[in-house]
Amino acid sequence: MLTTDQRKTLIHVSGMDIELERRGRGQPLLLLYGEEGLEPEAPFIDELAKDFEVFIPSPPGFGNSERPDWISNIDDISYIYLDLVEKLALKNAPVVGFSVGGWLAAEIATKDDSFISRLVLVDAYGIKPGGPYDRDIADFWCLHPSEVLKLKWRDPEKGKRDFPSMPEEKLTIVARNVESLARFCWEPFMHNPKLKRRLHRIKVPTRLIWGEHDGIVTPAYGKAYADAIPGATLQVIPGAGHLPQLEQPEAFMAALREFLR
Amino acid sequence: MQAWHFTEMPYPHVPQGDALESMRVTIPSKLYDPKIGSDLYNRYLDEHVIADELGLNIMLNEHHQTATCLDAAAPLMAAILARQTKKARICILGNPIANRGDPIRIAEEMAIIDNISRGRLDVGIVRGVPYEVFAANTNPTQTLERLWEGVDLIVKAWSSHDGPFNFEGRFTHRRVVNIWPRPYQQPHPMIWITGSSDYDNIKKVASRGYVFATFLQPHDKVKLMFDAYRSTMADHGLPGGAGMAFMPLVYTADSEEEAEKGAKELTWYMQTKTPPQFRNPPGYVGVDTNVKALQGAYTGRTDAVRAKGMDYLREQGVLMYGTPDSVAKQVKRYYDLVGGFDHLLMMQQAGFLDHKRTVNSMTLFAKEVYPQIKDLPRTVAQKARAMA
Repeated sequence: MLTTDQRKTLIHVSGMDIELERRGRGQPLLLLYGEEGLEPEAPFIDELAKDFEVFIPSPPGFGNSERPDWISNIDDISYIYLDLVEKLALKNAPVVGFSVGGWLAAEIATKDDSFISRLVLVDAYGIKPGGPYDRDIADFWCLHPSEVLKLKWRDPEKGKRDFPSMPEEKLTIVARNVESLARFCWEPFMHNPKLKRRLHRIKVPTRLIWGEHDGIVTPAYGKAYADAIPGATLQVIPGAGHLPQLEQPEAFMAALREFLR
Repeated sequence: MQAWHFTEMPYPHVPQGDALESMRVTIPSKLYDPKIGSDLYNRYLDEHVIADELGLNIMLNEHHQTATCLDAAAPLMAAILARQTKKARICILGNPIANRGDPIRIAEEMAIIDNISRGRLDVGIVRGVPYEVFAANTNPTQTLERLWEGVDLIVKAWSSHDGPFNFEGRFTHRRVVNIWPRPYQQPHPMIWITGSSDYDNIKKVASRGYVFATFLQPHDKVKLMFDAYRSTMADHGLPGGAGMAFMPLVYTADSEEEAEKGAKELTWYMQTKTPPQFRNPPGYVGVDTNVKALQGAYTGRTDAVRAKGMDYLREQGVLMYGTPDSVAKQVKRYYDLVGGFDHLLMMQQAGFLDHKRTVNSMTLFAKEVYPQIKDLPRTVAQKARAMA
């Protein structure tokens, strides 16, 4: 199970093995990556690791973490992460979540935000602002892959990945991540109907960072999200889609640094 | 060998090929003309009645949100045919249990049809094809788990006769399960389950003594599936005979030329278009298969098969056509290549193939092919041998 990357270890929590990567030194920062697991490979994390010890766990079914049958949704995973936070004795830590990781961060914070210094949600899923006939979140499972790429990236060329040239070990993780996302988020699609009613419990300073051209969850969705969290503010990053941290890393890091300062 | 007539009840009168983005899931119903459609329903039912008169059995299936299959509720067709036919066995292959979501309702429907037909029903239970999880919103990663929890619950519901039991499983919760009527056949109708090269699943089917069925697959692959089935029966000390079923496209005619024309029309079914996002929903197949897909193992495979044409399909055994003697020979060849099987499920109608030519083919098969293959020996359990 363990990859050759020495920074990753398996940690036993809530009765299962969870993969955890730690990078850098300093104040702890909990980073919850998105469904594609692209963030841990991106240079901006090394930037973060200059100021923080960055904790990067893989959710059940993602990376090399186990996926017991009883886990059904992001709500379940949030309790496992609370156990993990307790085991790692994280205190006064910024929590930064991307996409589905942003949803997970919000779920965690509604249950216990006492260990969180600041909360950052980047193009996060998790709520449904509209009614039954509103397509609040683009249904990327029902769209042609080329359409999804256009909605997700300001520059779709940047989103293309050369799968055939990747080692099998890595492709196994890609396939697992895709499967696990569907396992947990198929229905209700990419949201927890209860979450919107729980967001008021988040008392820590919260910033939502959003790609201006995100066509999967739009800035208007981000605004609705921010409105549901007391005191939360929304910052829009120009020239970026669903993944501003990858499409506009400098502008993203500037926004993040400014908020975490 | 039992022979079964089958049509997916297509509505072919829609734009063909690339003129349509998809023939499934998203195809607008404005393309359906109720006048044409109602004629088609009645025509396909007539053909099943003719199959009964010819001494063939009847297979039905259901699919949703697609022009390839007007039968969106197979139990309805089965109920009609339970009354309108006399001798034929009727097999729904199958009830897409993961997508229907309520096993108890299926148990009731099947018990009613079994009674009306006086015990002529075989009950196929399937997990549902990939594109259909979109119509039903079934979690694609859980279809097999839903299938087996549902099958076991249906069997228990059919065979419990002393009042209610409770069930609190993963996907279904019921406080008082106590279905009326009980099935006509005792302890219950034969269960059929479909599959492909998931050998663990095939072994599960065999170990419970259910029929295993597979569709439109080349003989070398089917041999491995049927070997897995036979060896599991032996391992469990089962006598065999529950059966293995295979479906090719079949067209029988007086001349080779006419047969080729008919067969060509049947291959319409293999050209029907589904866009990529509906062909492989996330987690419907396992991680290993998806890794191969990412590596490009399946890219262009369908096009490659299409390019190879009719002779290739015939060699693979997916398409059987010709004069009666030729078709009988092709069935026997397939039988020998896969180590024997018990049920020939024949898609004898597809696409634009009209009523007259469909019935001609069915009649020739029933009168001149069926007698030649009827006595092929039935499945026997076999000791496990080395699996490829």
